[in-house]
Amino acid sequence: MSNFAELSIAKAINAGIRKSMQDNSKVLVFGEDVAQLGGVFRVTEGLLDEFGSKRVFNSPIAESGIIGTAIGLAMRGFRPIAEIQFDGFIYPAFDQIVSQLAKLTNRSEGYFDMPVVVRVPYGGGIGAVEHHSESPEAYFAHTAGLRVVSPSNANDAYWMIQQAIESRDPVLFFEPKRRYWQKGQVNLDHAPMSLHTAATVRQGSDVTIATYGPMVVTALQAAENAAAEGINIEVIDIRSMSPIDFGHIVESVKRTGRLIVTHEASTFVSISSEIAAKIAELCFYHLEAPVIRVGGFDVPYPAAKLEELFLPDADRLMEAVDRVLAY
Amino acid sequence: MNANSSEIPMVQLLTVDGDFIEPKEHAVYGDIVRQLREADFLKFYRDMARIRRFDEEATALQRQGQMGLWVSAIGQEAAQIGSGYGVGPNDHIFPSYREHGVAITHGVDLMSIIKTFRGVNHGGWNPKENRFHLYAIVLGTQVLHATGYAMGINFEGLVGTGDPEKDLAVITYFGDGATAEGDVSEAFLFAATNNTPQVFFCQNNQWAISSPVGTQTKVPLYKRGEGFGVPGIRVDGNDVLACYAVTKKNMDDARNGKGPSLIEALTYRIGAHTTSDDPSKYRDPAEVAEWAAKDPLIRFERFLRKQGIGQDFFDEVKIAGDALAADLREKTFAMPEPPMELMFDHVYSEPHPLIEEQRAWLQGYEESLDGHDPISNGEETPRYGGTH
Repeated sequence: MSNFAELSIAKAINAGIRKSMQDNSKVLVFGEDVAQLGGVFRVTEGLLDEFGSKRVFNSPIAESGIIGTAIGLAMRGFRPIAEIQFDGFIYPAFDQIVSQLAKLTNRSEGYFDMPVVVRVPYGGGIGAVEHHSESPEAYFAHTAGLRVVSPSNANDAYWMIQQAIESRDPVLFFEPKRRYWQKGQVNLDHAPMSLHTAATVRQGSDVTIATYGPMVVTALQAAENAAAEGINIEVIDIRSMSPIDFGHIVESVKRTGRLIVTHEASTFVSISSEIAAKIAELCFYHLEAPVIRVGGFDVPYPAAKLEELFLPDADRLMEAVDRVLAY
Repeated sequence: MNANSSEIPMVQLLTVDGDFIEPKEHAVYGDIVRQLREADFLKFYRDMARIRRFDEEATALQRQGQMGLWVSAIGQEAAQIGSGYGVGPNDHIFPSYREHGVAITHGVDLMSIIKTFRGVNHGGWNPKENRFHLYAIVLGTQVLHATGYAMGINFEGLVGTGDPEKDLAVITYFGDGATAEGDVSEAFLFAATNNTPQVFFCQNNQWAISSPVGTQTKVPLYKRGEGFGVPGIRVDGNDVLACYAVTKKNMDDARNGKGPSLIEALTYRIGAHTTSDDPSKYRDPAEVAEWAAKDPLIRFERFLRKQGIGQDFFDEVKIAGDALAADLREKTFAMPEPPMELMFDHVYSEPHPLIEEQRAWLQGYEESLDGHDPISNGEETPRYGGTH
């Protein structure tokens, strides 16, 4: 029998980090306001008290410095968990992430591992000011050397953060901030699957919706709505945006013949673009309709009063379901 | 007062004529030099001469099409050899991309550096074993890595224990151009607030490609760290003894827990930024001539001759330089092309589905060509500008 606990996503990440820090003294937590405050979303709350200021500490407000020093610490044998306070604040660290962190294992011909986790609360839906609601995952998924993941529920949050910390490669860990308080059952003893494996979270036969992070709940809502109309939707939580578990999506699309890919990020050159291209290649003879992408519009993330119009919701997904079924 | 004004005090232990001068304000540096033996002086000279000969030969090889690019460090030998030997044997070095001289003080194989600029790999030496990290091409990035590394040494408690076998420090190299990068300022801040065991070694060679140092700073660079809490000192970068003594003192202090410091070595880039550059478009030949007269090798040779070192020694160094150049040419011509695997290996620490798929595809594609290059129609195309 496994032990279970009901935790929010935020508490589950906290518990996962705590477990990793207990198991491995090389794991460090740092970033802006992560120590006494526990981060602006309280994800690191209590870690300072338990592990002390040599393992949990505040950084100056300098994102490039946070990632650059994390790289140096990793070279020294530490396993840093660096927090970027908000999605829109990651860009000052872009060079250190894509030109340094991502490439050091390759350019050193394997002399260095880069076991760095970059935690990023991301996405919209919380009525925030500018630069606090973005979904920058595609920038990082485009870069060889990085791993990019996002949990959608508490159990995954608890396990995926631990798997990310154990990874010898850098992991961009995108946390769906509007779902931080969403509670779920966490199995404290057994991981559900490996870090880069996709999960079918609802079985169906008519249309497949593939998504990740905050949009998984939205896709499940759409599936419930569709069920009332007699449409049977399968929902896949891809969980990992780099690498992508294409085999899992292919298996589903071969059964349903129809695929919708959705996320909050703008659709142009996005995770859904990659999935649409790959599925067109791998499932050409099984597709009954073109792959449809449903995402944010290709505009800067709008002012908070407009974000409901910007973000895809269950109704927009239903509109896409109607379109793929019309073929 | 401009950033390079001669009114700025700097530590100098050798005159241009090669006379040792007692530093009035900093007696400690004189004491450090007095602990050196003749063998140390000869080693300094040998390595400065060796790295210059290497540099000249590498430039020639680039001109012959053997390398994509060469980055000359001529004029900066004293700053590099002096500081390199001021670093302790267990300390870690984070270079920029022009630190060939520092590299040889820590046992990096010079052919590794040739490989980098020939385009064979990105360095290939073991940064853990040499404690000399890989070259960093994006300016200033390595300065943050060094600071993070030094933070780690702090967390491990390997600072100020009083045990010379245990205590560690880090040195990071960057140029005057790199000081304008935000990463360098952020590194000063992280270093100061964490009291890291670390020396920031800025070689002010006065030119960032075509931009004079005044483009990067209004204040002398040795003062750049002060506002962050990193004290600085300027040293004559063409004086190998001063560079050695100041680096040794600051590294010892760092290891003993006295925190980070900045050294600005005032020197001059005698050559071009790289072989792709044409300094005649932006530099006054009179300025180059003025600095050529302060050549670090000539200055140290004068010192050694005044110490009674005879012509035999200099003849021996010359012969060794010629042998080095011949060896370099031979090994460069014989250098094999890198294997295809190098591109796909170590992108991730374990097999990755996308990369394995692409690796297998390329392998199959190459095999399908059966040795025929579809572009050259089977004729061998030399990769670097014709036959050698």
